[in-house]
Amino acid sequence: MAHVLLRHRDIPNLNQLDVYQKNGGFEAFQKAVTAMKPNEVTDVVKASGLRGRGGAGFPTGMKWSFIDNKNWPHYVVANADESEPGTFKDREIMESNPFQFLEGLALASYAVGANAAYIYLRGEFWQVAALLDEKIADMEKAGLLGEKLFGSDYSLKIYTHLGAGAYICGEETALLESIEGKRGQPRIRPPFPPAYGLYGKPTIVNNVETFTNVPLILAYGAEWYKSMGTPDSAGVKIFSLSGRVKKPGNYELPFGTTFRELVYNYGGGILDDRPVKAIMPAGASSSLIVVDDKALDTPMDYASVRTLGADLGSASVIVIDDTVSIDWVINKTIHFFKHESCGKCTPCREGNHWMLHLTERIHSGEGSQNDVSLLLNVAKQMQGKCLCALGEFATMAVVTGIERFPQDFQKAVKA
Amino acid sequence: MTKQLTLTIDGVQVTVPEGTLVVDAAKMAGIDIPVFCYHPKMEPAGNCRMCLVEVGRPVIDRATGQAVMENGQPKIQFMPKLETACTNTVSEGMVVLTQTEKVTEGRKGTLEFLLTSHPLDCPICDKGGECPLQNLTVEHGPGKSRFLYDEKQHLAKHVPLGELIWLDRERCIQCARCIRFQDEIVGEAVLGFEARGRMTQIISLSEPGFDSVFSGNTSDICPVGALTTADFRFGARPWELKASASICSQCPVGCNTTFNTRREAKAGGEIVIKRVMPRQNEEVNEIWMCDKGRFAYHYAESAQRLVKPTVRQAKASWTDAFDLVTQTFEASKSDVVVLASGRLSNEDLFNLKSLADGLGGKSILYTDMGGGNLTAQVGVGQGTDLGKLGKGDTILVVASDLYEEAPVWYLRVKQAADRGATLIVANSRHTKLERFARYAIRYANGDEVKTVADLQGDSKIAQEFANAQNAVVFFGSDGLGLNGSANLAAACAKLLQDTKHVGKANNGLIGVWQRANDQGAWEMGFRPEADLASAFKNKIVYIVGADPAGDDPALALALKGARFIVVQDILETLTTHMADVVLPAQAYTEREGTYTSGERRVQRFYAAVPVHGEAKADFAIAGEIGRRLGLNTENGSAMVTFDRLAASVKDFAGLDTNKLAEVKPQWPIVGRGDLYYGGTTYENKQGLGVQLSTAAERGEAVSLPEVRAESALRPREDQLLAVPVTKLYDRGQTVASTELLTQRIGEPTVSLHPETAKRLGVAAGGRVSLAFNGLSAEALVKIDDTISAGVVLVPRSMGLAVREPVSVQVLGLAEAKVS
Repeated sequence: MAHVLLRHRDIPNLNQLDVYQKNGGFEAFQKAVTAMKPNEVTDVVKASGLRGRGGAGFPTGMKWSFIDNKNWPHYVVANADESEPGTFKDREIMESNPFQFLEGLALASYAVGANAAYIYLRGEFWQVAALLDEKIADMEKAGLLGEKLFGSDYSLKIYTHLGAGAYICGEETALLESIEGKRGQPRIRPPFPPAYGLYGKPTIVNNVETFTNVPLILAYGAEWYKSMGTPDSAGVKIFSLSGRVKKPGNYELPFGTTFRELVYNYGGGILDDRPVKAIMPAGASSSLIVVDDKALDTPMDYASVRTLGADLGSASVIVIDDTVSIDWVINKTIHFFKHESCGKCTPCREGNHWMLHLTERIHSGEGSQNDVSLLLNVAKQMQGKCLCALGEFATMAVVTGIERFPQDFQKAVKA
Repeated sequence: MTKQLTLTIDGVQVTVPEGTLVVDAAKMAGIDIPVFCYHPKMEPAGNCRMCLVEVGRPVIDRATGQAVMENGQPKIQFMPKLETACTNTVSEGMVVLTQTEKVTEGRKGTLEFLLTSHPLDCPICDKGGECPLQNLTVEHGPGKSRFLYDEKQHLAKHVPLGELIWLDRERCIQCARCIRFQDEIVGEAVLGFEARGRMTQIISLSEPGFDSVFSGNTSDICPVGALTTADFRFGARPWELKASASICSQCPVGCNTTFNTRREAKAGGEIVIKRVMPRQNEEVNEIWMCDKGRFAYHYAESAQRLVKPTVRQAKASWTDAFDLVTQTFEASKSDVVVLASGRLSNEDLFNLKSLADGLGGKSILYTDMGGGNLTAQVGVGQGTDLGKLGKGDTILVVASDLYEEAPVWYLRVKQAADRGATLIVANSRHTKLERFARYAIRYANGDEVKTVADLQGDSKIAQEFANAQNAVVFFGSDGLGLNGSANLAAACAKLLQDTKHVGKANNGLIGVWQRANDQGAWEMGFRPEADLASAFKNKIVYIVGADPAGDDPALALALKGARFIVVQDILETLTTHMADVVLPAQAYTEREGTYTSGERRVQRFYAAVPVHGEAKADFAIAGEIGRRLGLNTENGSAMVTFDRLAASVKDFAGLDTNKLAEVKPQWPIVGRGDLYYGGTTYENKQGLGVQLSTAAERGEAVSLPEVRAESALRPREDQLLAVPVTKLYDRGQTVASTELLTQRIGEPTVSLHPETAKRLGVAAGGRVSLAFNGLSAEALVKIDDTISAGVVLVPRSMGLAVREPVSVQVLGLAEAKVS
């Protein structure tokens, strides 16, 4: 099947504007600006069933329709802070299929009446930012960005903005603070960005992959898009596969593909052909899925993954085999979250610090069973009390790891 | 009228205005929801997670818009997680639970988390005993921590953010109250966070460190012992301290304060002041005060204190001193000139005026600023509260640098602008308040009156002033002397009168006086005198609370022409050195009395510490001299003196000391039991004072002087004009003895326009010599490109006696020559 998002794998040099245009590029944008009302664009996206690809899976068209039309100007922001360990899909899109992403961003901007859109990239993506700047310049030269586009009254500018190396800036309100030049820390929500966003103005924040879906949805229609995937999770998704697999990488597949297909058909199976022990479907923020035949045959869509006690999130599938002890896994994840906790709220700032002490102790073999129960308790004490999702994410692997793989911890503290 | 909403908190029905936060609604109902980061004066931050509660809202049927009923009650849907009471606003029918097991566990968890990083050094912590973290841990925390003590992170414990405030990084709980105070309330973002996660720490972003005159307030609202003042740290334990109510005597705002005192071994077992804290008065200083008021109290303990009368510079008994003064006054009567300053209380000034009048002599107010006769007529009306000004109201600040002259007014005017009031800042140069002004007017020196006159007319800004719901005008003496400021006051009074912004609350004229009780001195009938030198000639001069010889060599020379000099003061000065008789006065910390603020609020202060040596209160000394001269002046009780004053000064009619001591409930609630909420600011149990009525609001005829077009000298092509400006930390007697402020006081520094500096061949930090009025002096140079090229700004009370605009010769000095 031809790719929807990773079309550069089918069409050589798609990252060149003329090639992209030869393949129908920017026709959807021109049609929208010249022949559609903004809310008609939103309606198509709504009808397509597209859900946010950043992790939360919120219906995209519905988010766009929440924009506050009594308060102007509006902004659209692309979240290209891709920092979740195990997630590497947006980078491939931006590097190899940049115009489809930019066209999606432009379409979203038109749909919500924004004349300025920002792409917020993690600081390490400075080369990607430079590349996008070139592509934006190409678009401006070709009259695809700028004043009075296609003879209409609609104008649009796109800007790139580099972060300074903080995972928390992937949280949408911290991201907005960072663009504003402030310390990247999450805001209190509500109000949500569609009501109070960048510079206090109504703002739509979506993931790079989300935007990249939009041009083809506009070109081929909502029905075409819905024909892929499952009723709950329409369309296609890029699965970033990593861990103990033979062929890690990005795989664009329809929602509903099973874990087994991903791991064995596409990923080539497990290194040394060992058995799969656990899967983290959403990067370091994941709950750990205990893998058995039932789990492997579970379709990867938002609702089905939930039946396994986990969330699909950004679909960054980390595969863990029986050579890996789960106490090592959570030591790694907590190390990450302790390092990335912004320090704004108490449970996340202090809880991660504490959990790291405990996992270090357990993993180094100096821990006791008491430390394991304390670790579980501290994680639960954080849950439901943090200011943003980061603190909650930090607890997922800890709680599910200890509860679902108790034997690994027993071994760790005995040794 | 804001819509009222009713909710239920722990079964108690509470009705509050729409927009109220759950945490405040609970407080209003007497229910404590513990907080660390939330402060009722600031926007919520939601970061400490201490105020977690269960929140439920009525389920609304989407079709009908009606509440869904269940067993005759609205069905309540509770949020799945605990919610922060500081970020949720109330809604109709909301149900809040603050005492459930879930909430208790949440609070306990938050406290356990906070304490994992806390050093638990309460026994040596200045905050111990008045610490929200300590108190809330006792009330809500776990008895034991499960965190290994050895794994605690150790951080620097003695970090100076500036020379006034120290940070203990281990104690900090990252609530950001200090940062938010500086950002939101002061508008000077000089503090910030550095690094992240558990390494997050407060840093100063300014040079010099913590460059704000409000820094001390951050230590009051710090919910732990992280921020302490250099003045008080390791000085005493809060429970050893006694509290005495007072009024700050440093500027005309009249901040309500509390002196904390205790017996001190280092002071030979004497009772001394350990710290000065703000005392709540929402209509005056709210819960804040400036650093000058907080730290510059040490002069009362200075070694230069006068403790015994002297006659011809030799120690003498009070009897001998009184005898000589009385005989001299008796013999000369109408030749007696009483020169008194606004440092004195209303009672002091009343007795001094009675004495001068009784002798048929002259009474002169020692000041370089005029206009006090106008504030009594068209000053702000009773009930004025700058905290109520906002959208639709206009504030004009002209020829005053409020940040330097009356910091808490700066704070309150800035906040009124934040609330939407139109702020007009008119000055000949940039001042800090300008940033918050909707209209910033920069006039040429000499155009002060014209600038105010131009606010009457058809311009947009004039219309905005005329049509304002309420209008308040602050006028000062920035760049002006006595005559210039008097002319300016007249212009401001006319503007207010013509636009009908007089005779009612939140409207009228406020003088940004040079001393705390200048307004009171005007009320008592003291008037300034343009030509002091002539006024001294061949007279019997009785100088009280002033140091003319120290302030201006010309006045020292003039005093030599006096026949007899009596000086009454608290400190030894150049003027006391010239006196025939010196009478030692009590500091205001040692006695009681009242001051009248610039907003004409009469407020009481009380004795906090024992009297130094044989010093007597100024009113008592004047009263005693009066008695000996056969006048019926009170020489014993300040409050009896006040009653007499009230009986004879019209604007004070009907006032008594009980009225001044009346209090009413104030919001936000502060005080000992509510430390966690409002901070360590003292609750006001001693009196909010009473604002005097103006002639305009009593319906009396208002007689305003004719406005003279020329307000002051103008710079000329061929010469530079030195103009005086006020600096908060100066070398005045009451400031200079506070060592802590030495760095902020600095060297005498004049400001030059870049062009002028270039012409003189000096750069910033260089030195110049100045010659004016037959005097010469040296000063450092600061560059200010917002001033006119024709002027040199000279700070007052820094040893350069520029009392009004005066022509000056300036020479650049190549080599630094320390004078």
